[in-house]
Amino acid sequence: MSKKILLEHAHIEGIRFYETYRKNGGYRSVEKALKMSPDEIVEEVKKSGLRGRGGAGFPTGMKWSFLAKPEGVPRHLVCNADESEPGTFKDRYLMEFLPHLLIEGLIVSSYALGSNATYIYIRGEYAWITDILEQAITEAKANGWLGKNILGTGFDCEIYVQRGAGAYICGEETALIESLEGKRGNPRIKPPFPAIQGLWMRPTVVNNVETLAAVVPIINMGGDEYAKIGVGKSTGTKLLSVCGNVNKPGVYEIDMTISVEEFIYSDTYCGGIPNGKKLKACIPGGSSVPILPANLLLKTAKGETRMMNYESLADGGFATGSMMGSGGFIVLDETQCIVRHTMSLARFYNHESCGQCSPCREGTGWMYKILKNIEYGHGKMSDIDLLWDVQRKIEGNTICPLGDAAAWPVAAAIRHFRDEFEWHINNPVEAQTRNYGLAHYADPIHVPTV
Amino acid sequence: MKQFSAEQLNQVQAIIARYPEGKQKSALIPLLHLAQETFGGWLDTDTMDYIASLLTIKPIEVYEVASFYSMFHMKPVGKHVFEVCQTGPCMLNGSDEIIAYIKEKLGIEAGQTTADGLFTLKPVECLGACGYAPMMQLGKHYKEFLTKEKVDQIIEELRTASKN
Repeated sequence: MSKKILLEHAHIEGIRFYETYRKNGGYRSVEKALKMSPDEIVEEVKKSGLRGRGGAGFPTGMKWSFLAKPEGVPRHLVCNADESEPGTFKDRYLMEFLPHLLIEGLIVSSYALGSNATYIYIRGEYAWITDILEQAITEAKANGWLGKNILGTGFDCEIYVQRGAGAYICGEETALIESLEGKRGNPRIKPPFPAIQGLWMRPTVVNNVETLAAVVPIINMGGDEYAKIGVGKSTGTKLLSVCGNVNKPGVYEIDMTISVEEFIYSDTYCGGIPNGKKLKACIPGGSSVPILPANLLLKTAKGETRMMNYESLADGGFATGSMMGSGGFIVLDETQCIVRHTMSLARFYNHESCGQCSPCREGTGWMYKILKNIEYGHGKMSDIDLLWDVQRKIEGNTICPLGDAAAWPVAAAIRHFRDEFEWHINNPVEAQTRNYGLAHYADPIHVPTV
Repeated sequence: MKQFSAEQLNQVQAIIARYPEGKQKSALIPLLHLAQETFGGWLDTDTMDYIASLLTIKPIEVYEVASFYSMFHMKPVGKHVFEVCQTGPCMLNGSDEIIAYIKEKLGIEAGQTTADGLFTLKPVECLGACGYAPMMQLGKHYKEFLTKEKVDQIIEELRTASKN
């Protein structure tokens, strides 16, 4: 169901500013946390079961506990606000409307990790949000929540906002660190992990915006209470950003107990597909995760109702499932062309490859070229197998996950929509003027009951 | 010789002070943004050399960074750059048509600038506004839910503003 924890106050006018935010219970978690020991806070986050909201879903408390603490070496917390995964715009919403929630989460997390200088690395295009965050930092500092000796505890903390300059790869944590050091965004070989040698070779934790904001309710209600929200290992709430062919695109907060069908068709959320069209396919977690045809999206291969949570979306592995990913929910209606859409994503990954690893640098270019040929009527039947072969050779063979992220959408499109690729090749002229349509998917295409 | 104003130089010092001593190179991307805004919307070699001197790093360290990030322009651009998103989610909502319309309306191709130096068209990849597609970045802000009418209006307003 719809459960608002992060966005509870998002509708209040003026919540962007300190006075209103504070009046509505803001900064309580800092008051509470600074009376606890840093280890106790890490313990609460562990108990909450919070998983990284950037895409990988790694348990946050565990990530925090890996942070090395050598004597005399400063540590840093870095907030990853380089939101660049196509389909994802939830962090933007959070920062734009509730900047103080992020600042509050950052102060508590900085205290827990011992970071006296914390950096928010925000994608360069979010220029106006940089101003909003800097305004919030100034207000927080003027009210004693940042700076020296916060609340008389002896804890010092400064938060700085750093703008990137247009590079998807900088969302990968080691590339982000390189960029923050004033270099090209080339990911580092791991190990060493950032928790041991990160920013300026100091121990560093990099967390997503939504993850750090979620620390606020975790401290306020306690880790155990937070863990009761949701289901299984999908605890708490998740922000989803919905785009593509739906009646109500936007950002939604859910508690991960609803079905995908309800999410798409209920008026509380996406409100169905515009103009009475049918659902063809969906990428449920940002452009990198496998696309699913309507039948496999709404029900798992075992015939169970697919739910909006980490486990259920991944049910069936990549053969018949997908991933929660970053929560970027992209919906395609029956008039959309899978080949064209996949080509667009391939161009994106080709553009964003940093160029360090040959499989990704060359492979993404090849995938884009082959897809362009098929889309524009110059494809050969052997191209489909070639495409499959290229993506297989990228996956797992690169320093960072961008290679995988580029390979998966292509693999899933061929896996589930091979006949549409074949149709393009067999009907090069017709493919320029009309869509493949739903004829071949007619049986599994769902008629909504919600 | 390009030079920041005294006020900007204070800003530069404040940015460098965000980082530990000796890590002033971290200020490179913020300074390149400032330089691009100040010196005509793009980065020429003189500008990049100037930034290198401010940070006491080698010019090549600036060139390699400036050329890596897509927001830095390495060639002159028009007064207003239409950075229209063309990635998947925007494409689903008609970004191809918007880009074609802008080309037709301004009589330029992607990457070109109008003869009056006012507009450059630059199709870009995902800007994180997927739910508000199609969209473009114009300076510091986003223009979302674009239609042909909205594009007409934006162009008209900018043309009028440039005459005043």
